[in-house]
Amino acid sequence: MSALAAAPPLLTAIGHDAPRIDAVAKVTGEAQFAGDLRLHGMAYGRLLRSPYAHARIVDIDTSRAEALPGVIAVMTGRDLPAVDPYYGHALKDRPILAIDRVRFVGEPVVAVAAESPPIADEVITLIDVTYEELSTVVTIDAALAPDAPHLHDVVNLRSGLFHGLGDIHLEPGNVCYHHAFTRGDVAQAFAAADIVVEGEYDFPAVYQYSLEPHTTIAQWMGDDLTVWSSCQHPFLVRAELADLYALPVAAVRVVVPYLGGGFGSKSYTKMEPITSALARKTGRPVRIANSIDESMVTTRRHGMKAWLRTAATSDGRLLAREVRAWFDTGAYADNGPRVVATGADAAPGPYRWEAVQVDAWGVYTNTSPAGSYRAFGASHLQWCGELQVDEIARRCGLDALQIRERNLLHRGESVRPGGKPLDADLVGDIRKVAAGLDWETPKPAGIVGRGMSVGLLAAGAHPVSTAIVRMEADGGVTLLVSSTEVGQGARTVFAQIVAEELALPLEKVRVLGGDTRVTPYDRSTGASRSTTIAGLGVLRAAADVRSQLLAIGSRVFDLPEEALTVRAAAVWHEGEPIPYPDLIKAHFGMVGGELVGHGEVRPERGSGSYAEGPVFWEVCIGGAEVAVDAETGRVTVNKTVSVADVGKALNPRLVEAQEMGGAMQGIGNALHEEMLFDRTGTLLNATLFEYHVPAIADMPDTFVSNIVENADGPGPYGAKGVGEGALAGVAAAIATALADAGVQIDTLPATPERVWRALAAREAGVVNEGDTKR
Amino acid sequence: MPLETTDPAKMRLNATVNGRVVSLEIEPRAILLDVLRDDLQLTGTKRSCDTQVCGACTILLDGLPVSACCTLAYEIDGREVETIEGLAGPDGLHPIQQAFVDRVAIQCGFCTPGFVLTTKALLTENPCPTRSEIEDYLGGNLCRCTGYWNILEAVEDAAARVGPANGRSEAP
Repeated sequence: MSALAAAPPLLTAIGHDAPRIDAVAKVTGEAQFAGDLRLHGMAYGRLLRSPYAHARIVDIDTSRAEALPGVIAVMTGRDLPAVDPYYGHALKDRPILAIDRVRFVGEPVVAVAAESPPIADEVITLIDVTYEELSTVVTIDAALAPDAPHLHDVVNLRSGLFHGLGDIHLEPGNVCYHHAFTRGDVAQAFAAADIVVEGEYDFPAVYQYSLEPHTTIAQWMGDDLTVWSSCQHPFLVRAELADLYALPVAAVRVVVPYLGGGFGSKSYTKMEPITSALARKTGRPVRIANSIDESMVTTRRHGMKAWLRTAATSDGRLLAREVRAWFDTGAYADNGPRVVATGADAAPGPYRWEAVQVDAWGVYTNTSPAGSYRAFGASHLQWCGELQVDEIARRCGLDALQIRERNLLHRGESVRPGGKPLDADLVGDIRKVAAGLDWETPKPAGIVGRGMSVGLLAAGAHPVSTAIVRMEADGGVTLLVSSTEVGQGARTVFAQIVAEELALPLEKVRVLGGDTRVTPYDRSTGASRSTTIAGLGVLRAAADVRSQLLAIGSRVFDLPEEALTVRAAAVWHEGEPIPYPDLIKAHFGMVGGELVGHGEVRPERGSGSYAEGPVFWEVCIGGAEVAVDAETGRVTVNKTVSVADVGKALNPRLVEAQEMGGAMQGIGNALHEEMLFDRTGTLLNATLFEYHVPAIADMPDTFVSNIVENADGPGPYGAKGVGEGALAGVAAAIATALADAGVQIDTLPATPERVWRALAAREAGVVNEGDTKR
Repeated sequence: MPLETTDPAKMRLNATVNGRVVSLEIEPRAILLDVLRDDLQLTGTKRSCDTQVCGACTILLDGLPVSACCTLAYEIDGREVETIEGLAGPDGLHPIQQAFVDRVAIQCGFCTPGFVLTTKALLTENPCPTRSEIEDYLGGNLCRCTGYWNILEAVEDAAARVGPANGRSEAP
């Protein structure tokens, strides 16, 4: 390995806009997604879901359903074929199917399997469930009221396999997680402050909307379970399924075809427990394919309410911040504790504080469960904190750039005690945002605002990934890596890394992903970790093959490895090459055999826990210029600016694509998207008719993308991940831009009604106290 | 012609799909998207919203873009359907497909077939669309990954490839 370590990267494949290796399959319709697969004998599952947000199940009469020709099985929470009917990676609070009680509208109550989808549709209309309605808590306030009904016996909940948050001790009530920390003397800092800005904020639940709804196929052979599923983290799904059925992990195989988007909606375990249980019950392969309205109540982003105050000196030095935030995790915790912890950690913002105090709670309500959504944690509180920074700037006579230049952390400074120091140049990044916004030029006429925002997101999740590189006898390579190709282009970047390390053309590299029985362990696909962590595993696996090639070359040339180089698919001594196939033939004495390289990534120090991390800080930064129509309150986004602080862009075009997509989701989050639950806990905008996902007409006029390459990431060639920062950064920048335009918004999204009311309040000279708070 | 059905509850459907004549027995209530995906194994047409909002299931019916999720299968009787599988020829990708590949207008790929087919209909109607005409025409296709920038570029690129130079400027 010494010769390898010394070899400087040639960067023939890295740093270029290599074409996506999956593009042709996707543009011809050949690419297969979970819903495109058919198994012999496959039955079609369908779920009867609860119409009540909170009710006791008195009786389930399935007799009419079971009599229908073509029905194979009808399964209730009372006859689940699992060893443990409860799951949840943070808290095991969720039954595979409702047991005796439903906790949200849309909770699966009965699962049926039928010979065809139409029969499955019909049979769920023939099931009679008698409910007894219970008192319902739909909002955070209702859930925290002293007399609120408790959704779970939280004191006796068991921890899930991957909560990773230390011991969870819960008091009776509806709080599923509490994360708090204090640094410095907050009371003293606020007492000494010249300026204190305080506010309350409401942040909506949103639907991730990946175009592909959750789809799962499960098949049992004896005690071996195979699941094809639209999931982001196949190894975590495997572990949870093995746990449910008390099986060795190797008995469970999770295969992930192409994913039609995820954005967190397919993180951890979703439809796999029900589908596998139904398959076990029927003895046949079963598919459950959600419709979009079912996926909307399968997972969502946490809504949040928060109180913040920020202290500063009159010359604009930020002193202290205090935060209390309540995250609505819905009826089951799902990823709630992690979202709460990440949100709390990001709440101070990347500034040099004397004192900080943060309290954040995850709260159960009788609404659909909330989990991960791209940039979770960062997007929740960044906009609130950044609004307060700008308000302080206005009171000090500074502009938004100046106050950030003075107060942003510098490289190497502590972000949080015990964690990784800052590994980015935030001041340089924010200046790029300002430049992209033409900060020094006058704003266009009308009600126009310019805003910027910056935050940090603890990225990388747990740093454990492995990869295998197989070099065949003809010198071609198959890479086995389990990071899910969710659209981000992970497989293309991995192929580039292999091509770089082995001096191969890109077309010589094939990438196989997402089959837990074939491709090696990868912790998860999320937290912007694929390039950085899985990519490092890929690099090491390729380097392993490279060192084997050099060792063989050394024997064939009869020269020390130091005298040899690798380029153009051959090992060279000065001007003399030996192509890889010849080396492999010399090694095995025949045309055949293969070289297998292994690469792994594991924590470099400590356990790799969240508290010791993160692997890197993802910079969540953005800028926006908005124009407001005074008559209608409608907001037009003239421009968005993103800065991808990525260390090294292995494929700049794909980096930019992540930024464009993230910025657009930021626009949707800031201006349009909000899941509205009525008093009964029913989702009112439960289809894409009522729930507006940004369309092409919602594009800003201009999108400015910057890529910053300081080679300061822990990944291959100094890379660090990308993908989440623009969402949080741009969404918050739209909020600060509105404030710059004189529109004080404390509730997102900034719908025309809210903006119009804020304008009217300004006209009337009254402080906006929020309008239609939920 | 075997126009009769073996099952009296079903009806016979004759259509041309991707240039191939097909004859199927379908239930009168069958949705075109299901018939394409399940009976004809043409799974490149994707199911997403089921409500004609997202455009993922867009197919061309006599050249016009239609949401297969909200079309009854019998409506294609005697007509021509083109799905994404029908676009590439023996010489490789259709120029629109190639433009989407070259401009990285693809991420997860779930919306891609619908965008490509809508683009084909657009360029047949209007070989040299302006950016705002493109935005209007593609307003019924959602993409959650790309932010649309690269898709817009790909459509403009495709127009340059298949537009007037390709002798297709006869459409209004």
